[in-house]
Amino acid sequence: MPKITFPRMGESWRTFKMLLEDLGNEVVPPPRPSKRTLDLGVRYSPEFACFPLKILMGTYLETIEMGADTIVTTGGVGPCRAGEYAMLHHNILKDLGHEVRMIVFEPPRLYPFNFIKNVWALNRARVSIRGIIALVKRAWRKLQALDNAEKLSHIVRPREINRGTTSRVYRKVLEWIDQAYTTEQIIEAEAAALEALRSVPQNPEREVLKVGIVGEIYVLLEPASNLEIEETLGNLGVEVERSMFLTGWTRDNTWNETIEGLTVKEAAAPYLPELVGGHGRDSIGNTVLYAKRGFDGVIQLAPFTCIPEIVARTILTRVSRDHDIPVLTFFLDEQTGKAGMTTRLEAFVDLLSRKKRASRRIVTLTG
Amino acid sequence: MTVKVGIPSALLYFLYYPMWQAFFNELGIQVVTSGRTTKNILDKGVREALADACVPIKLFFGHVMAIKDKVDYLFIPRVVCLNRKTVYCPKFLGLPDMIRHAVENVPPIIDVRIDTRKGCLPLLKAYVEIGSFFGAGRRASVRAYFKARKTHMRYNKLLRKGYSPDEAMSILKNPGIKPVRQPGANLRFAVLGYPYAIYDSFISVNLLGKLRRLGVSVLTAENIHPFLLALQKNCNLPKRLFWTFSDMALKAAHFLFKQGRIDGVLHLTAFGCGPDSLLNKFIELEAKKHRNIPFMTLMIDEHTGEAGMTTRLEAFVDMVRRRKEALACRR
Repeated sequence: MPKITFPRMGESWRTFKMLLEDLGNEVVPPPRPSKRTLDLGVRYSPEFACFPLKILMGTYLETIEMGADTIVTTGGVGPCRAGEYAMLHHNILKDLGHEVRMIVFEPPRLYPFNFIKNVWALNRARVSIRGIIALVKRAWRKLQALDNAEKLSHIVRPREINRGTTSRVYRKVLEWIDQAYTTEQIIEAEAAALEALRSVPQNPEREVLKVGIVGEIYVLLEPASNLEIEETLGNLGVEVERSMFLTGWTRDNTWNETIEGLTVKEAAAPYLPELVGGHGRDSIGNTVLYAKRGFDGVIQLAPFTCIPEIVARTILTRVSRDHDIPVLTFFLDEQTGKAGMTTRLEAFVDLLSRKKRASRRIVTLTG
Repeated sequence: MTVKVGIPSALLYFLYYPMWQAFFNELGIQVVTSGRTTKNILDKGVREALADACVPIKLFFGHVMAIKDKVDYLFIPRVVCLNRKTVYCPKFLGLPDMIRHAVENVPPIIDVRIDTRKGCLPLLKAYVEIGSFFGAGRRASVRAYFKARKTHMRYNKLLRKGYSPDEAMSILKNPGIKPVRQPGANLRFAVLGYPYAIYDSFISVNLLGKLRRLGVSVLTAENIHPFLLALQKNCNLPKRLFWTFSDMALKAAHFLFKQGRIDGVLHLTAFGCGPDSLLNKFIELEAKKHRNIPFMTLMIDEHTGEAGMTTRLEAFVDMVRRRKEALACRR
């Protein structure tokens, strides 16, 4: 029986593991990217490939050691590099002498046949089509539960009284959601998780800054790649809203474009009317939306040498000036250190709170 | 006074300038270029562009800075796709927006979107749209387009014969005079990479000239007939590379390795170039299968020095030459 693995993106692996096991596969869950993952990835990837490619390379090598022989991943139709990842990973792994199978999911809208073929290959339990749909629905519900818990943790963390409580509770509730199997259990676990997070002792008086996070999807979703920026910001007393969650992204990119997706596109249109691949346009659109919603600042996260985000960064300078919203960019790679990042974040948060206080003073003077 | 349109001499300039010039001239519009790259232009670009951008993009910024005050319009078309299959690097797609929003006081930018994947006669329509910017009628634009296309084909033919863009452009201007080529090359190298890096002799630290001086004749992807490249299909990959230039370079590499009539392959890449990070690995993996043809990667950025480049090239050429002589003796 083949042993299947897949890329790790935040906590979503819990869902994919459940789904693949339900379809009758043996799963090797990808471990959390560690120093060793990075070392392996950096050693065997091209030097200037972007950071996610290196982390995935390392993850694949680690899971292959653990016995995986089939990799499920996504493709893409460009012009972002991520669409070619699977091909390069496969060739490098072959060059290293690992005979693995790659199952690459292309956008089902454009390649329906590829989609059906892949689902068939993964469906070892020969579940009926109706059964598959039910399984996917349940997995989707679980993904939503995971995302909702994470979103709430971002709101609670800056207001907690004892530092670290939220993170501790969050880690605990993840296990609850992970254990839930049927849809009812998932809903129940989600409710319990949200309740547990809400009951973290909080200080409602505390002045909290609001910062939006935009950028490339992988470094946004995998905390190990962005050095847990959300936790760091939360501990600095900042409420974080991330522009991208797996549940939101999949909806925008599989069947229909939601109203939400359209508004991001519309918001970006005066600055960048063209799709430049990756999430370059979304970064601009979301920054505009955050500014309109009165956020205090925006942080852009991108892998080093990420082409779409470089285009976006060049234009964000103007967006920042037009909408009077400070933007801080991190180009992340294996050299990025946590201490340096924290220092820059502290300085940024300091600037934001000063700006906020200054603007309030003006309001009280005039009002 | 006639309208002046500025075309920065960087990026797509090396492949499409003769066509664009012919088109604008036919409509009675004066074309101004920023000329050859100089230290000054590069410095301006480095100062103006984002530090994380690749050097060709920085150079483009520099060229824009050099001409923006001398012209009424800047011609920076948003070239998305020209062959119905591959697109250009994301930086090309966002180029007009990057210039518009990052450079102060730019003249109006003509950023007509050119994408041949949609509609019928998309190229012709795009050129009619360009013409309409200057009040040219449909008929005049169409006539100018066909004339420009003829020039483009003549230009491509010259490139295929082995002339560099500079030489080919001067031949187009004065058909009588052909540049003399010094004989005596006994090695043949393929130089793969993007036209805007290879042919810009300033940024490539005169790579082609140096090779010629070392007695090496050079073959680039532009010298190979597109038909031969198209025969390479997807180069044994499940999917083609998305980007036009990278796709061409990879196909050229496969073709040349298979044909085996070259003595060495150089891949010229710019620091931080996104597509190249993948392309280079694919060429390297292919080169591993053809151990009789040495392969080297050269990386350039705005700090590349003349001396370092010369040393590496000399060492590589010496190595290849000695190897060739040794093999000849053994036979």
